[in-house]
Amino acid sequence: MEAALKETKAKTSVLSGADLLLKSLEKENVEVIFGYPGGAVLPIYDKLYDSKILHVLPRHEQGGIHAAEGYARISGKPGVVIATSGPGATNIITGLADAMMDSLPLVVFTGQVATGVIGTDAFQEADILGITTPITKYNYQVRDTKDIPRVIKEAFYIATSGRPGPVVIDFPKDLAAAISEEPADQAIHLPGYQPTTEPNFLQVRKLAEAVSRAKRPVILAGAGVLHARAAGFLKEYAEQQSLPVVHTLLGLGGFPAGHELFLGMAGMHGCYTANMALYECDLLINIGARFDDRLTGNLKHFAPHAAVAHIDIDPAEIGKNVPTQIPVVGDAGQALRQLISLGGALPKHDEWLEKLSAWKQDFPYHYESGSALKPQKVMELLFEKTSGDAIVVTDVGQHQMWAAQYYPLNNPDRWVTSGGLGTMGFGLPASIGAQLADPASRVIAVLGDGGFQMSTQELAVIAEFQLPVKIAIFNNKALGMVRQWQEIFYDARYSHSRNPVQPSFVKLAEAYGIKGFEIRTEAEAHSILDEVLNDNEPVLLDFRVDGEENVYPMIAPGKGIHEMVGVKK
Amino acid sequence: MKRIITMTVLNRPGVLNRITNLFTKRNYNIESISVGLTEQEGVSRITCVVHVENDGMVEQITKQLNKQIDVLKVADISDQAIVARELLLLKVPVLPHNRPEIYSIIEPFRASVIDVSKDSIIIQLTGETEKIEAFIDLIKPYGIREMARTGTTAFPRGNQRATQQKSLTFV
Ligand SMILES: Cc1ncc(C[n+]2csc(CCOP(=O)(O)OP(=O)(O)O)c2C)c(N)n1
Repeated sequence: MEAALKETKAKTSVLSGADLLLKSLEKENVEVIFGYPGGAVLPIYDKLYDSKILHVLPRHEQGGIHAAEGYARISGKPGVVIATSGPGATNIITGLADAMMDSLPLVVFTGQVATGVIGTDAFQEADILGITTPITKYNYQVRDTKDIPRVIKEAFYIATSGRPGPVVIDFPKDLAAAISEEPADQAIHLPGYQPTTEPNFLQVRKLAEAVSRAKRPVILAGAGVLHARAAGFLKEYAEQQSLPVVHTLLGLGGFPAGHELFLGMAGMHGCYTANMALYECDLLINIGARFDDRLTGNLKHFAPHAAVAHIDIDPAEIGKNVPTQIPVVGDAGQALRQLISLGGALPKHDEWLEKLSAWKQDFPYHYESGSALKPQKVMELLFEKTSGDAIVVTDVGQHQMWAAQYYPLNNPDRWVTSGGLGTMGFGLPASIGAQLADPASRVIAVLGDGGFQMSTQELAVIAEFQLPVKIAIFNNKALGMVRQWQEIFYDARYSHSRNPVQPSFVKLAEAYGIKGFEIRTEAEAHSILDEVLNDNEPVLLDFRVDGEENVYPMIAPGKGIHEMVGVKK
Repeated sequence: MKRIITMTVLNRPGVLNRITNLFTKRNYNIESISVGLTEQEGVSRITCVVHVENDGMVEQITKQLNKQIDVLKVADISDQAIVARELLLLKVPVLPHNRPEIYSIIEPFRASVIDVSKDSIIIQLTGETEKIEAFIDLIKPYGIREMARTGTTAFPRGNQRATQQKSLTFV
């Protein structure tokens, strides 16, 4: 009896590196892993065989990491990815760069060859630490099994705190297999990492004073508001001070689009009112946006009359592109709470608000109807028939801009798009992660025919899990955004941007056991959307849209934010 | 303009790679970088000499460095009273006729000859970059067979004078 007890005791405290890994993931409450097996991660996969954590097998590692990004964006939790060494690991590079740009929390495990052969160009060896250094918030290579629990704890902490981002843990095969005593609990040891979340009160007060003096103030709200889960505070503050709000592409949903203080999205394909507000304002309050060049246009003409205040959790963003008079380092939610508590005198900028609201009235997004099915119309129909409350996931290109323009979001965390890197192939897999993060919501994947073909294989995952994603392909038989630039800037010389050969997307869907429809007219769009949008199963909709349509308004490269073309006359 | 940035970092694998990567990625121009252990176990000091166009750029560099998880502390010490030193090794050919001349340059610089062979010597010199460069200029006419420089490493002085006078001691 005693001997038997001793034996079980010994058994439970002796664990392999892979056991330690899974135990750590359970401790972090990981619900889903997007992973793809291979030689170097076989010891981990052997343990996953018995694990309760849901494992999703993408059909390409890049799809796996984009799915993890979609999951992270919607759930607010870190996306977890496993890839094998060498080619498995190099297949996730695009996703890491994408997550780094858009500040998405990921914890990514890459298999590595056994410690004894690292550096010998062993089979499927790649220098993943070296390759991923510039595109990760941090990366590790496990060198000792006793470090595994601490490294994983640190990785989750780093990925999710401060400005979120991807963390890679490179995991040599022998360490995953090695048996050891369960190591003593090691505390997180990151003396060089203390993100500032609590803003400096004096700076916040300076900002509040500037607001009280401003005649033409405007808030530019970015994804930082969403990462901080601060949409409620943003609304409260904007209403308290009657501050108009402009969004970046990535920030959409942080402020209700139907609100009278909302001006719209700014930037290259933003609306007139939002861009002109940035041009004419005398106080620009940036909350969690990074003054990306696609937003600012030519910096010489960006907010030329404004004092600039910038609230950001990443001090390195402040003053990087735009000189800033009032820097506030900290969490957007905490800064907004402080601002709200300061209250202050009633704002005196009615004239400005009236001007903005007149612009809103006079210069909305617009397009001309025609005989062909207009992509903007399709977007409007999707909005209408989902009551505007779907989760919209996009790929990259014209359709992405139309989604941003014609699906005005009233709630946070309903929008998944690849902003900073602009990664084609992102949309379909990201919609998988979004749907897994929020099974109760309707997810629409808005894709171009080009981007869809970069990750078509992930239809298999949608079919396998019967995810009720509505896949809407805006099929213009072209790499539309490229074609648009060629039309405008390269004398309509359509160099390799029109797709002469295209498979039948409907048949392709059917091959995966997914229902598919080809939609050529507005009438068809109406009837089919009514039929399928409420189904609890996946569907692929091949919208044959007008291939000549362009996205407007547009700020040409090098032009100022006030120099839009294609504004409604 | 030239700026001296010093930082202390946790001595973890890949830390130097992360820092040099950052310089490459952001297109910063490094003149030298030197790394070594400190009095604290597991902590290294890195000194970088960079060329920047304006103050905004050096602010960006220090912020980006500070952001790195393994970086404990970053300071642009260029405007402080500092001691900055570099080590130079020079292999110079010597012929009987110019030996006294070369030695007469070595002496006032307090350089030392640390290796002597039949037809060449190795000279070691420490000092601030200006001194090192002045010495190299003087030796150049005799021919330099090989040269190695460590790059600057630097410290703020114990006493910071109120005025930011730059000390140029040739010690
Ligand atoms: C991986 C990748 N390759 C190339 C590009 C450049 N690019 C941007 S938009 C675009 C066209 C996208 O075409 P499609 O997916 O059909 O969407 P559309 O613009 O027609 O809506 C291209 C090629 C990119 N963003 N990402």
